Amino acid sequence: MKDDDSTPIPGGEMLRVEGLGSGYGSTQVLFDVSLGVPEGGLCCVMGRNGVGKTTLMSTIMGLIRARGGQVVLAGEDITRTEPYERVRAGIAYVPQGRDCFPQLTVMENLRVVAEACPHPEGGAIDEALELFPRVKELLSRPAGFLSGGQMQQLAIARALVARPRLLLLDEPTEGIQPSIILEIEEAIAQLKQSAGLSIVLVEQYVEFAMRLADTYVVMDGGRVVEAGDAGALEDGSLQEMLAV
Amino acid sequence: MSRLAGTLAAGDARWGFLIRFLVVAAAMLLLAPAVLSDFRLSLLAKFLCFAIVAVGIGLAWGQGGMLVLGQGLFFGLGGYSMGMYMKLEEAGPGQLPDFMVWSGVESLPAVWEPFRHAWFALPMAVLLPMAVAAVLGTLVFRQRVRGAYFAILSQGLAAAFVIVLVGQQGLTGGTNGLTNFTQLFGLDLTAQANASILYTMVALGLLAVFLIARQLVASRYGRVLVAVRDSEDRVRFLGYDPTRIKVVAYTAAAGMAGLAGAMFVPIVGIISPALLGILPSIEMVIWVALGGRAVLAWAAGGAVLVNWVKTGLSERFPSGWLYLFGMVFVVVIAFAPKGMAGIGEYVRAGLGRPGAVRLGPRARDRATARDRAAQEPA
Repeated sequence: MKDDDSTPIPGGEMLRVEGLGSGYGSTQVLFDVSLGVPEGGLCCVMGRNGVGKTTLMSTIMGLIRARGGQVVLAGEDITRTEPYERVRAGIAYVPQGRDCFPQLTVMENLRVVAEACPHPEGGAIDEALELFPRVKELLSRPAGFLSGGQMQQLAIARALVARPRLLLLDEPTEGIQPSIILEIEEAIAQLKQSAGLSIVLVEQYVEFAMRLADTYVVMDGGRVVEAGDAGALEDGSLQEMLAV
Repeated sequence: MSRLAGTLAAGDARWGFLIRFLVVAAAMLLLAPAVLSDFRLSLLAKFLCFAIVAVGIGLAWGQGGMLVLGQGLFFGLGGYSMGMYMKLEEAGPGQLPDFMVWSGVESLPAVWEPFRHAWFALPMAVLLPMAVAAVLGTLVFRQRVRGAYFAILSQGLAAAFVIVLVGQQGLTGGTNGLTNFTQLFGLDLTAQANASILYTMVALGLLAVFLIARQLVASRYGRVLVAVRDSEDRVRFLGYDPTRIKVVAYTAAAGMAGLAGAMFVPIVGIISPALLGILPSIEMVIWVALGGRAVLAWAAGGAVLVNWVKTGLSERFPSGWLYLFGMVFVVVIAFAPKGMAGIGEYVRAGLGRPGAVRLGPRARDRATARDRAAQEPA
């Protein structure tokens, strides 16, 4: 969404994670994780439950502090910055479980972000809603009354209100019916193609992920064990790696 | 239709608040001095000081989720600022306060010197606690210390403060604290008739503090504060800085405690470590818990009521009052976990009035079911 006024990026890379380590308390979860997302690219992070995918997203967002390594956004080292500064720098996060305000209406949920990231030209909410006509019909409904799919769409729309350059999506298809998954897939594809957004997608639904991804990494035990271009990948080998 | 009803309800709420506020203000400023004896009035003045602390706790804990177990520290900073000024005013120019003479101190310590002036001491009673809280809060909240860890830390500070006070006898009056006050700005504190002047000042102070706190809560800032309380990380990744938001509430609460401490000294005539340590600090939180931490007015009301009950019980049952007092705590927590504020809401929820929508989980479920039914196409 910001492609015209953004600073030139060395090597065209929007996000570079280098040797990242992080964890909770005395437990280290991530070890030496590296990945890159080119401008307008989509990198899919895959792996079984508990291998550190969500921890990786939280660390990129700054909710958990990195213990080692670097997070670089568009050539700028943001490893030590606060999450609110990262939002302003252009990262938006759609957490697993959506995390909307259940008592606030859909519109109010969107305005929470518009207040935090005021854009002089305005219109960010309308723009975000264009992608999700389903959400647009529910503006005055409390978010707690939405279905899982509607809430997921709201969470993505909310992230877009900040007009990010990089979108972090944590399992957007979790617990959602197939027809809505298709809508979400379409929206993500559109964000990538027409808006030129760079995206990190955590996903366990392999077919969904592979249809969208340019590159992928597979994690296990807090490390990246496999990485490459999504096109070069054969379905079978990946299934094998992700099998429980 | 429903929007119209909503606007009317909002207008009603505003008028309702104004009427309730004026009734309570009138009762405090006109009725109480008319019906209470000087002794009772000065007791009530003391309780209103506690209510000022409670409003701050209601803001930091009730709205911001920071369990401040060490407000005695800020109450004490305010109280000692005032006490130092009063001691020096009484001693006269060039003279030492009485306790320093007894402790063998020969010249006035440098820390005391500026407190000779009212223009320094009185603002310091509020600004000093606020400055301490702002620095402390910034350090602690930036490190994301929260929950029980923050509570223990705040309590440890109150404990440390008391240890310093007791240890520096010549500087602080030690265990005895600062006392033997006879006058303030030429006002004879020993004359019972002057009780109503001090009382009126405290009452006005409480009303002002309450309005400030309520304005904060009602503002956009207040909404973000509640959002931080409910889920700090969510607010963080949406682009807000929780540190700053929490520091503001913590600092405001500290300033209120400091003001209360400063007003407490001329009314009660003493400020000492025994009033500030771990136990008194926990008691302050208990007032708010029993009153209802989510509602500012009830936090203040809790402080007054709990202390009123405490005094009443101890007068009537000198030997067994502590058991009865403890029983009051147990009964309130068992039957009204949201404090006395909750009692009215439960009654209303029972009667099925619309005010119940925002309330306890059971009432909310019922309201949710009702709303769902209303939205379902017939």
